[in-house]
Amino acid sequence: MTAETFVQKPKALADLRAEIASGTTRAADLAASYYERIEALNPRLNVYLSLTKERALAQAERVDALAAKGDPLPPLAGIPVGIKDVLVMRGAPATAGSKILEGYRPPYDATVVEKLEAAGAVLLGKLNCDEFAMGSSNENSAYGPVRNPVDTERVPGGSSGGSAAAVAANLAVATLGSDTGGSIRQPASFCGVVGVLPTYGRVSRYGLIAFASSLDRVGPFAGNVRDAATMLSVIAGSDPKDATSSTAPVPDYSVESDRPAEGLRIGVPAEYFGDGLDPEVRAAVEKGIESLKSAGCSVKPVKLPLTKYAIPVYYLVATAEASANLARFDGVRYGHRSASSGNLNAMYSNSRDEGFGAEVKRRILLGTYALSAGYYDAYYLKAQQVRRLLAEEFLRAFAEVDAIVTPTAPTAAFKLGEKTGDPLAMYLADIYTVTASLAGICGVTVPCGATESGLPVGMQVLASHLNEGTAFRVARAVEAARE
Amino acid sequence: MSERVTVDEVERVAELAHLELTPEESGHMLHDLNAILDYVAELNELDTHGVAPLAQVSELFSAPGGSGLRVDGRRPSLERAIVLDQAPETDGVFFEVPKVIERQ
Repeated sequence: MTAETFVQKPKALADLRAEIASGTTRAADLAASYYERIEALNPRLNVYLSLTKERALAQAERVDALAAKGDPLPPLAGIPVGIKDVLVMRGAPATAGSKILEGYRPPYDATVVEKLEAAGAVLLGKLNCDEFAMGSSNENSAYGPVRNPVDTERVPGGSSGGSAAAVAANLAVATLGSDTGGSIRQPASFCGVVGVLPTYGRVSRYGLIAFASSLDRVGPFAGNVRDAATMLSVIAGSDPKDATSSTAPVPDYSVESDRPAEGLRIGVPAEYFGDGLDPEVRAAVEKGIESLKSAGCSVKPVKLPLTKYAIPVYYLVATAEASANLARFDGVRYGHRSASSGNLNAMYSNSRDEGFGAEVKRRILLGTYALSAGYYDAYYLKAQQVRRLLAEEFLRAFAEVDAIVTPTAPTAAFKLGEKTGDPLAMYLADIYTVTASLAGICGVTVPCGATESGLPVGMQVLASHLNEGTAFRVARAVEAARE
Repeated sequence: MSERVTVDEVERVAELAHLELTPEESGHMLHDLNAILDYVAELNELDTHGVAPLAQVSELFSAPGGSGLRVDGRRPSLERAIVLDQAPETDGVFFEVPKVIERQ
């Protein structure tokens, strides 16, 4: 099969909304045109796992009725949005990329789904991802890999591969994904779109199928920084259904993203530019840093020497939490039940054995091992202690700088099948993203250049807890320099 | 690569996790777990004596909320019929499962 390209930049959200408000575009027609494009391209890209047409068209008609009356429209009125299939929508399939949830129809909506619809968004369908969000290439989906719209022989990144690819191929104007160790930022980088890791607790996790609860975040993808900021303002905020959600007020992040970055202090950690960083990625990120200097930012080195311990800490903490969270998939209340089990214990293990893929089993085993008697202190406790040291190291750095910039991933998108045989090599694709996950801080990845063969490269902009506005400003400066 | 885990341990952990592994899967998992545990052993280079474990990051920033408990009041829950509709086997009131105890 030869590589194909299906890249198309979505129109800016504000322009589309203005067209819908003025009546030059009907939301229902817009949704229909997106469904046509999906029908044409999905067989090549495998981005959507299921479509929610009825619900989308009903919502689009509500928006059109509002527009026809000349009523003020909500911020995402008529905007076609896709949802990663780890977030639930009432009555629609929710597979989490796993066979174990085949046929499951959740009886409720995730809080972010409710918020998007209240803001007028038209939800097109559910997006492919690595099984239970475990993976860095989308090759762990039980429903087949997503292909990168930039080059269909390459992975889109993961685990939110469908969410990133949908925006890159204009199969949605914006999407939602989830990020536990890099699952929004790394695919956004691989597909050449903007991805946001909100601060832990900034966005409700209610209705997100849990992977690692102390790390899981829900965040947006979009074709540009401003649209990503608009999306975050809609989905952020406290939620009585998620006790870890923050009640801090939600600013208008699109206004924040418009503020010049001039005068901001930018830190560059040498630890993110060492061995293993692809030279072309380095060159693109360095060019991005130059554009920040031109925009009036001051750039200085910062030290984050514990960075190299982040992957070990992450894979212990995340797998331990996953082993507990995934215990609920046992064939009793929903999802797959093995047909061939004489007693309860056999039913549990047969259902799980048939339902889970290899990577999920590997992580459940590692997590169960790390939590088991005799190993808890050596692995899980040790990892949590180092997690604190890593977080404190970031807090010290943020006393000196407003934002830290790094490559989002050590390489551009790799080829399908290139890393599937070596779990450790795959884990290292997250080497620059897991640190922020462990510390709970926020970040934005923004395209900052491309390799010689045209593969996109992302720059990761990290900011301290609840300082998303600063990350958006810096990301916008990098984006603006390339326009 | 060192032998941190034995095949017996892999099987014991699989049992704890309610996972049934074929001998071939056990072999692969043994190899992968040893490789991963070798890698995470790097953490032992760090002295963490007296460092409190960090289980939840909300304590790191003084955000309002986050730790507040909601009022412990009655609230409607999902309807039973809607929930049981998703069950692999049900009698309409309970989830049905295979026999728990085998009669001798």
